[in-house]
Amino acid sequence: MTAPLLELDEVRKYFPVGTGAFFQRKTAWVKAVEGISFVIATAETLGLIGESGCGKTTTAKLILRQEQPTSGTIRFNGEDVCALKGQALMRYRREVQVVFQDPFGSLSPRMRIGSIIAEPLEIHTNLSRSAMRERVAEVLELVGLQPDVANLFPHEFSGGQRQRIAIARALATDTRLIVLDEPVSALDVSIRAQIITQLEHLQRTLGVSYLFIGHDLATVAHISHRIAVMYLGQIVETAESTELCARPLHPYTQALLVAALPAHPDDKRERLALSGEIPSALAPPSGCRFHPRCPRAMPRCAEEAPVRREVTPGHAVSCHLY
Amino acid sequence: MNAPLLEVRQLQTHYFTFGGSRIVKAVEGVSFALQEGETLGLVGESGCGKTTTCLSIVGLLPPAARVVGGEIRLNGADLAKKSKREMRRLRGRAIAMILQDPMASLNPLFSIYTQVAEPAYYHLGMRGRSLRRRVEELLRAVRIPSPAARMRGYPHQMSGGMRQRIVGAIALAAGPKLIIADEPTTNLDVTIQAQYLDLLKDIQEETGVALIFVTHNLGIVARMCNRMAVMYAGRIVEMGAVRDLFDAPKHPYTKALLGSMAKLGSKEPLYAIPGQAPDLVRPPPGCAFHPRCAEAMPRCATQDPEVFQSGPGWTTRCWLPHLAATVIHDRATA
Amino acid sequence: MSTTTAPQSISVKAPNQVWRWLRELPLLPILILVPFVLAAALAPLIAPYDPTEPVPGAKIFEPPFWMEGGTTATLLGTDFQGRDLLSRLIFGARVSLIVGLMGTVVAGGLGTALGILSGYLGRWWDQCIMRLTDAWLALPALVFAIFLATVVGPNMWNIVLILGLVYWTRYARVIRGEVLSLREREFVQLAEIAGASRQRVIFRHILPNVLNTTMVLASLTIGVVIIAEASLSFLGVGVPPPEPAWGLMLSEARSTLMAGKWWLTVFPGACIVLVVLATQLFGDWLRIRLDPQLRNL
Repeated sequence: MTAPLLELDEVRKYFPVGTGAFFQRKTAWVKAVEGISFVIATAETLGLIGESGCGKTTTAKLILRQEQPTSGTIRFNGEDVCALKGQALMRYRREVQVVFQDPFGSLSPRMRIGSIIAEPLEIHTNLSRSAMRERVAEVLELVGLQPDVANLFPHEFSGGQRQRIAIARALATDTRLIVLDEPVSALDVSIRAQIITQLEHLQRTLGVSYLFIGHDLATVAHISHRIAVMYLGQIVETAESTELCARPLHPYTQALLVAALPAHPDDKRERLALSGEIPSALAPPSGCRFHPRCPRAMPRCAEEAPVRREVTPGHAVSCHLY
Repeated sequence: MNAPLLEVRQLQTHYFTFGGSRIVKAVEGVSFALQEGETLGLVGESGCGKTTTCLSIVGLLPPAARVVGGEIRLNGADLAKKSKREMRRLRGRAIAMILQDPMASLNPLFSIYTQVAEPAYYHLGMRGRSLRRRVEELLRAVRIPSPAARMRGYPHQMSGGMRQRIVGAIALAAGPKLIIADEPTTNLDVTIQAQYLDLLKDIQEETGVALIFVTHNLGIVARMCNRMAVMYAGRIVEMGAVRDLFDAPKHPYTKALLGSMAKLGSKEPLYAIPGQAPDLVRPPPGCAFHPRCAEAMPRCATQDPEVFQSGPGWTTRCWLPHLAATVIHDRATA
Repeated sequence: MSTTTAPQSISVKAPNQVWRWLRELPLLPILILVPFVLAAALAPLIAPYDPTEPVPGAKIFEPPFWMEGGTTATLLGTDFQGRDLLSRLIFGARVSLIVGLMGTVVAGGLGTALGILSGYLGRWWDQCIMRLTDAWLALPALVFAIFLATVVGPNMWNIVLILGLVYWTRYARVIRGEVLSLREREFVQLAEIAGASRQRVIFRHILPNVLNTTMVLASLTIGVVIIAEASLSFLGVGVPPPEPAWGLMLSEARSTLMAGKWWLTVFPGACIVLVVLATQLFGDWLRIRLDPQLRNL
């Protein structure tokens, strides 16, 4: 069995909430991520799905080393990401890139496309000008754009094209993992299909892995091999994507499936049994974090946090029902 | 057949930008009818003109835009010809709107009570205790827990989903006949969206209000609407019962939209429509969709398609069904 | 894979493009500023006489040529030493514009740099620089300028430096605000994630995006600097005589205003007003032009 490319093990991230004018006294902690673990293999897509406040953005920041975990380890190619420094850190930054949600904020407005895409190359390599230009043309073609757009500025492109440019930039160096944080949520439906298809094609050709963060289950399930469902800082269920859609085990996953929009007017869905609002991560519920809203909660759920169990091979869930 | 509640005929709205030198033809001949209690889905991608159509109906176009042609008849009366004062009396009373961003729709400085009460105060002349009862009733109708206490709160104390419900309460306050909802759930989480859509459906059943639901998400249309109108480049390219369009779409754009939707649990490749939305200042000749159409014929590049009646209440603006019809006719008469 | 063609874009401006660009410039400020800039640049060539020497053969306090007693030899009259007013105004434009422009450059440069450091590096840097700004702002600008001028001694470049030191704070505050919001923008985060060094992020990403604001601020405050210079000259701590400066001319002619020698105060005063007004109008136009949202209204 090949070693995984990215491995997270019981990662926790707590943010301090301080009061006081000059010296912040730490009075409380926002438990944004509470013990998550998952793996991503080479040329694989892991979908991370959850609603606001579930911690998926924090997870992305931890992987990208914008934040350091409070505890737990993140391993890339076997190396501890959090301990990386100097050359090793630069190598990590070369191999792990990101594409953000907002196509209009992702590209530096005063730089030409060629410079934007070449920036990772400038930082990490000492290729000559012409070699860089060649590489820029190469990646532009990979994402379906003409190489001569390198001279233009971002504002001359549409949202979908800008996302392609962002993807091109993410591929400029020898990238092995791209973290995609809601990359198509801000795009029109038909452009969404273009970008998803493009990403899937790139994975097949280049063997790059994706961490695809999204909130639309249908889109995430389409592009992902496996899906991890997050709720309030924890992963409640992990499974292969078609398996998750066909046989969701955790009540939250089931609720997400019921809430998902139908593909046809005759697709009757039962009423959503889920009530209430998503609680804040400042004071998460005791025991299983989902129990106040769970339609199948038992007394045990309020006292004891459930442990992750693999119910069928490849399908793990954290719930007292199993 | 009753007279329709709302009838839009050949509506044309243009934006005059850069001092009038660039005219954006945002809406070019949109016609549809809405019966009482019906839900119409207005579907299309950004720039297709669906929001402009709605703003034209309620008379809230930005200063650079103008209705340059067509009629908008609400219960027979032409809204395009009404004065500003008459429109102000109509807005909130006969027609209400729910917009996309709940935080922008609510005034952060006023209490929930003040904002929900306003339409009832202004349009129905309610005051005092009856007004307070009305507000409580409305908040209960949109399923806000403990309405009496919540009334005194402010928008920033509520979550996105609750705020959107309050916007819904404001919309219902003066008992409108028509609610136009412009992408009301785009900013909401998936489960909150589902709750909200359930709520809207219930309210519709209880009050019999007609709903125009503007969205780019076909899933919402499948769930909420009886009829749908697909817009592209300022025109309605196909309109009919939702079931008809989902089962057997006739217009290539409708087919493309349906094909680009990811279906839960399916790994079928998505249909990616090539190219991008057309320039509305200088639209392509003939059919606006032809540069991106997989089934385009030579005729499509020169002649603007005529409307084809694909069935009762089902129209398609495309040359393909015309061609198919003549082929059948020729075969039948041969 | 589906390819998309590049959108049309003209990077080299054809002649009619240049004409269209010229037509969009604001007429009034340009009309006012161009003569002054030309006068300042070509002063030795345009000015009829040496501004520091009395005009040979002219009387003192000669009025402008359209009044009784005036001649066309000295178009706007002469001052208490018989020096030609027009020549002094033209050379004075030099001082005012150079000091105004250079002072703004120093203030803008210093303020922007400190604003960027404060906004981007944050924490310790931010606290220190902001407290420094607060303290600096507490000092009355002009009084401080006077104090500095008396300490270092009056000469044109000292004045430039002093004005720069006095007026940098408004830039620092505003630019810091911009940088704080820019720092959270995705393209900056992307650069950081890609491993860009702090210098790289500042020079490649932050600086180009705050330059717009700096330019608008500069054009709006150049007027303030010009008036400050005029005030310093008026009070006698600016550019020393006999070098002409409009403020100095106002000061020298103050007592003669009551005696009816109005041209010695009105003309320099009008010059100050016109230049400051023109820069303000230009700054306002620039602000609207550079803000994409306001541009199309």
